[in-house]
Amino acid sequence: MTTLAHFQILASLLFAIGLFGAVTRRNAIIVLLSIEIMFNAANLSLVAFWRYSPHPEQLSGVMFAIFGIAISAAEAAVGLALVIVIYRYYKSIQVDEMRTLKG
Amino acid sequence: MEPTTHIPWIASRLWLIPLLPFLAGGVSALLPRRYRKLSAGLAIGAIGISTLLSFCALAESILRGLQPHAGQQWSAMQTHEVWHWLTEFTWFSYGTTSLKMGFVLDPLTAAMVIMVSFVSMLIFIYSLGYMDRDKNFTRFFTFLSLFAGAMLGLVVANNLLLFFACWELVGLASYLLIGFWYHRPSAAAAAKKAFLVTKLGDIGFFAGLLWLYHATGTLQFYTPDHTGALEQATALAGLPGIMGLSLAGTIALLIFCGAVGKSGQWPLHVWLPDAMEGPTPVSALIHAATMVAAGVFLVARTYPLFQASPQVLTLVAWIGAFTAVMAATIAVAQNDIKRILAYSTVSQLGYMVMGLGVGGMAAAMFHLLMHGFFKALLFLGAGSVIHGCHNEQDVFKMGGVKKHMPLTFWTYIVGTLALAGIFPLAGFWSKDEVLTAAFNWGSGWFHKGPFVLGCIGVFLTAFYMWRQVCLVFLGEYRGDKAKAGHKHVGHEEAETQHETVPGAPHESPTVMTVPLIVLAIFSAFMGFSGLPEHANLIHHFLNPEHAPHNVNWFVIATASALAFAGLGLGHLLYGLKPLAADEPDPLKAKLGKLREFCRDKWYWDEIYEATVVRFANIASVVVDFGDRLLDGATVGLGLLARGLSLINDKFDERAINRCFDGGCGSVRLMGRCFAALQDGRVQSYLRLVAVAAALLAFWFFLK
Repeated sequence: MTTLAHFQILASLLFAIGLFGAVTRRNAIIVLLSIEIMFNAANLSLVAFWRYSPHPEQLSGVMFAIFGIAISAAEAAVGLALVIVIYRYYKSIQVDEMRTLKG
Repeated sequence: MEPTTHIPWIASRLWLIPLLPFLAGGVSALLPRRYRKLSAGLAIGAIGISTLLSFCALAESILRGLQPHAGQQWSAMQTHEVWHWLTEFTWFSYGTTSLKMGFVLDPLTAAMVIMVSFVSMLIFIYSLGYMDRDKNFTRFFTFLSLFAGAMLGLVVANNLLLFFACWELVGLASYLLIGFWYHRPSAAAAAKKAFLVTKLGDIGFFAGLLWLYHATGTLQFYTPDHTGALEQATALAGLPGIMGLSLAGTIALLIFCGAVGKSGQWPLHVWLPDAMEGPTPVSALIHAATMVAAGVFLVARTYPLFQASPQVLTLVAWIGAFTAVMAATIAVAQNDIKRILAYSTVSQLGYMVMGLGVGGMAAAMFHLLMHGFFKALLFLGAGSVIHGCHNEQDVFKMGGVKKHMPLTFWTYIVGTLALAGIFPLAGFWSKDEVLTAAFNWGSGWFHKGPFVLGCIGVFLTAFYMWRQVCLVFLGEYRGDKAKAGHKHVGHEEAETQHETVPGAPHESPTVMTVPLIVLAIFSAFMGFSGLPEHANLIHHFLNPEHAPHNVNWFVIATASALAFAGLGLGHLLYGLKPLAADEPDPLKAKLGKLREFCRDKWYWDEIYEATVVRFANIASVVVDFGDRLLDGATVGLGLLARGLSLINDKFDERAINRCFDGGCGSVRLMGRCFAALQDGRVQSYLRLVAVAAALLAFWFFLK
């Protein structure tokens, strides 16, 4: 029997993996992928909460998840476009080399 | 102007006459020094056109004068006989009043403007030859044009302020031209002296101007509605002034101060002989024919004010008469050819002023016009002699110039006889007019005095002129040998920087002799415009209100006899037995101390040196002392202020700045810390967010 806690542990693991990747990897595309993992961890968590909620007929968590997927698709498009532009400008996609916004 | 008024073209464009020379002067002031021909051409062209316009003005005025009754439709501003064509414009307005300026064409203007422009033109042409080798040729013509413009402006002005402005401008031009050879200390000193002495008179003039404005509220001489300053003279005569004079008399006296300064009358005559340091054409134009006559013209212009005050007129007459005789006696004992003429000018100006004083305004103006011609002729002749004798100015080092310079000689003779007043040359008629006016002035010794002095002056004039002619033109040339023995001394040094080549004198170039001939013709025949009695055109023209007096045979006979006596005595002393080189002046034996007194100019310069100049020096010491006191106080105050400011500065530095700097320092330190956080690496931001979120969550769950 899988309970809500199992789902939440999985989602936490996924989020931790994504965060770790986003913070540690230097390749911008890998960073984007890691962010997608964190998105999906959140979605999983939302859907799980909805499934185990007292009123599953209200579709609240699913709607959140669907919005989240749509936003993450848009974010991926924008993010990749940014990566391409950054590559054209710097001839590199190593995020630690982009330090012009330093204070 | 009223719209119905019908005035001739030239009268409404009178301002063109002074404007053209001004423009020419302005343009040639900007030309580089090498454009000699262009600058001279501009100057002569401008004065030529001005002369033409002046001639138009004269012609219109004469036509107008010929038909006094037909003139009614021309303007509403004319009285039945005295008439003026006016143009006016508003210079500027302040509040409800406005300052007007304007030009006037009347007989006085017409007669003066033609003389000034015509003589100026001839002298401009003459200068072409005389200044030929001067390297500042362009500057010379610039100044001449400036002078001509200012002088013509003065003549056509219908406003005392405009008149005064032009008056000062001619003074400036005179200063610039006397000091034209400024590298010579004597020329620079003479220029300064001329400027300062005439300024002394101008102070009086300016005070009179202000007072007149205060009293009448206008400075226009004439206005279309008869409210001009001069048209109120009768009203002013009723008001009290100072020293028992009426207000009109006071103002007239102050204005006369200006005339005394400019026209070289005693006691301000001392600058005029020194002004001969300038180039000879300048002496002829400014210090003989035109500018010095401006004082006489000023009195003639403001004559209504003088007429309103008999006391002032008396003073004017006596000053003129005294100056006429005094200057003539000085001229008798001078050796410098230009100084003789200079004192002669002072003396003749004395005649004019005397003429004004005794009520003969037209006579004085007539003498002024005639004098302008023959004195310009004499000066130009003297310039020609100086030019021909290699810049020699001492008449005792000349002699026998007649055979080398025949043209100059004959024209000079015409000028001499005209000045001496020999029938039928110009000076005869004009001097006769002045003397007749003096004779008719009144009875009693006090009123006959000017006439007697004038007669003495006639004798002296004829004498010193013939003395000069004999010394310069007759006998043998004394120049060469004399030059070898004597070095030039004092003010008798060489006139120009032309190199001095010893040798016989030579005739001057055509460009110099033609003006001489033209002036000689005018000097000979212009006098006929002022025949006594009914044919006295110039008197009718200038002063239609007063009929000219009858022929006074007594005056004519006396003056002519004295003139011939003067010539005869001159010939006796200097003509019969021409002087040899280095022979002393025969007058030295005859007059002794008296000659020295005259030679040293009655010691006026020394008297002024001992009184006015010494007073000025003492005053300057006193003022200097006061200045030092004031200076000490100022320095003390300054030190106090510096002390205070020092304290203030320290307070600023130590207290206020320190506080600010501290505050700013901490803000900057904080900024530096936060700036370090923003290292530009997107992942470190993310890390920060994650850690912060984790901490928040931790704190949240612990609670």
